[in-house]
Amino acid sequence: MLILTCPCCGIEADETELEPGGEAHLKRQGPGAADADFEAYLFQRSNPMGVHLERWRHAHGCGKWFLAARNTVTLEVYGTYPAQTKKPPQDIVRAIKKRVPGWEWQG
Amino acid sequence: MYHVRKVPHDRESADMKRYSAFAIVREALRNHRGWERAWISPEPRERYDVVVIGAGGHGLATAYYLGRNHGVKNVAVIEKGWLGGGNTGRNTTIIRSNYLQDPSAAIYEKARSLYEGLSQELNYNLMFSPRGVLMLAQTEHEVRGYRRTAYANALQGVKTEFIGPERVKQIVPIIETGGPRYPVLGALWQARGGTARHDAVAWGYARACSDMGMHILQKTEVTGITQKGGKVTGVRTTRGDIGCGKLAIVVAGHSGRLAEMAGFRLPIESVALQAMVSEPIKPAMDVVVMANTVHGYMSQSDKGEMVIGGGADGFNNYTQRGSFHHIEETVRALIETFPMLSRLKMLRQWGGIVDMTGDRSPIISKTPLENCFINGGWGTGGFKSIPGSGWAMAELVARGEPGPLAAAFGLERFREGRFIDESVAAGVAH
Repeated sequence: MLILTCPCCGIEADETELEPGGEAHLKRQGPGAADADFEAYLFQRSNPMGVHLERWRHAHGCGKWFLAARNTVTLEVYGTYPAQTKKPPQDIVRAIKKRVPGWEWQG
Repeated sequence: MYHVRKVPHDRESADMKRYSAFAIVREALRNHRGWERAWISPEPRERYDVVVIGAGGHGLATAYYLGRNHGVKNVAVIEKGWLGGGNTGRNTTIIRSNYLQDPSAAIYEKARSLYEGLSQELNYNLMFSPRGVLMLAQTEHEVRGYRRTAYANALQGVKTEFIGPERVKQIVPIIETGGPRYPVLGALWQARGGTARHDAVAWGYARACSDMGMHILQKTEVTGITQKGGKVTGVRTTRGDIGCGKLAIVVAGHSGRLAEMAGFRLPIESVALQAMVSEPIKPAMDVVVMANTVHGYMSQSDKGEMVIGGGADGFNNYTQRGSFHHIEETVRALIETFPMLSRLKMLRQWGGIVDMTGDRSPIISKTPLENCFINGGWGTGGFKSIPGSGWAMAELVARGEPGPLAAAFGLERFREGRFIDESVAAGVAH
């Protein structure tokens, strides 16, 4: 079972307590955006086999959104970090690179 | 595991002996020494007119209809594992076409009607069993939804009807219609829906493709896609470079990876969908029952196992195994609807990687790379659509433009907002 630590309330929550929210760090598009950019924001996903940065909500806990770095092939979790982060923090990147050498964030 | 054994009658050429009652008698009289391999495993050529990536049901059907409908026979189907070893061998084999939206109903009904004659056409017993599919309405919302679908189906020429709980009980005596939490308020009944033997669909198409002289290259993984001036020129594989005039990517859950090699992104996310089978029991249920509210889909196999499909995880997952609590939820709800299940032991549980699009409808489309086509995003509805999907994809690949079946399923629909929104129509399941 997938277990993530909520960075807001610090609780180790298993997946029944959490709601997945899809890929993190998407570039938001608003009114006036080009059709292609809006399509990319709404629908196109990197869907990697491997390291995935994603949004979760501690739905049956504190209710707050947070971000997690997880491997979609091994289900290994590299760490969680606050939702208010524009890019993955250094310690998360280090933890990922330790396990997946050569990984770079494509943000 | 492959045990490559040189049998005396191993096939060097591609002409196929027909299976028949006579052949069984003939072989019985000579100790079954005359059976030949169903398809040949040749060395790859340098170049093919069309290369299809993915030898699952959809890829093989694409190749088959390329040959049958369009006369394109210089075709290779490349598979990284073994033939039919992905979702083709992992689904719960349900075939139905009772969809709400016109484009979906058209392609799924095409597939269903092709299934009816496919065993004869392929000379391979697919064990197609049009035993009827019931989609239970267990909330008022579903009652309204399925009534609407029944009306839509009437207009589309797909034969379905909305039936009441008494009729449901008549069709499925083991069902508990008066449950407190999930009462059965009615059902959408498609009498010509059913099941088929999933492996046989892949094997039957493969045999027919091989018979037309096509190459099925198993254990050959595509590692790159080569292009020149915006046009596809071939693929790099673990067995060397293979050139092609046109390329068809038909790889379900791994569509994203192949698209990345071809240099474009897809509106697809891959998640795990789970299924399980019980121990075999005597015949208890002779139709397919789907309970979309609780994500429980059940039929009884010819071996007597109850085949149960569950829900999908909400998060990206390539592990071919899913979360336990989804199974728990499915089983918990099914036990209320089918109390007799509570004493059954489950034999096996497994997961398949399904490719979900934003509107839960498939993609049969041209791509930004010229002469490269993609067929994917079937999500949880892949098996039932195999013949129709192959038919439409073959037309697209052969002509370079989508035919009437595929036209609505182009990638551009996401940009233009022309969704074929089936996630609302069918709950989540397909």
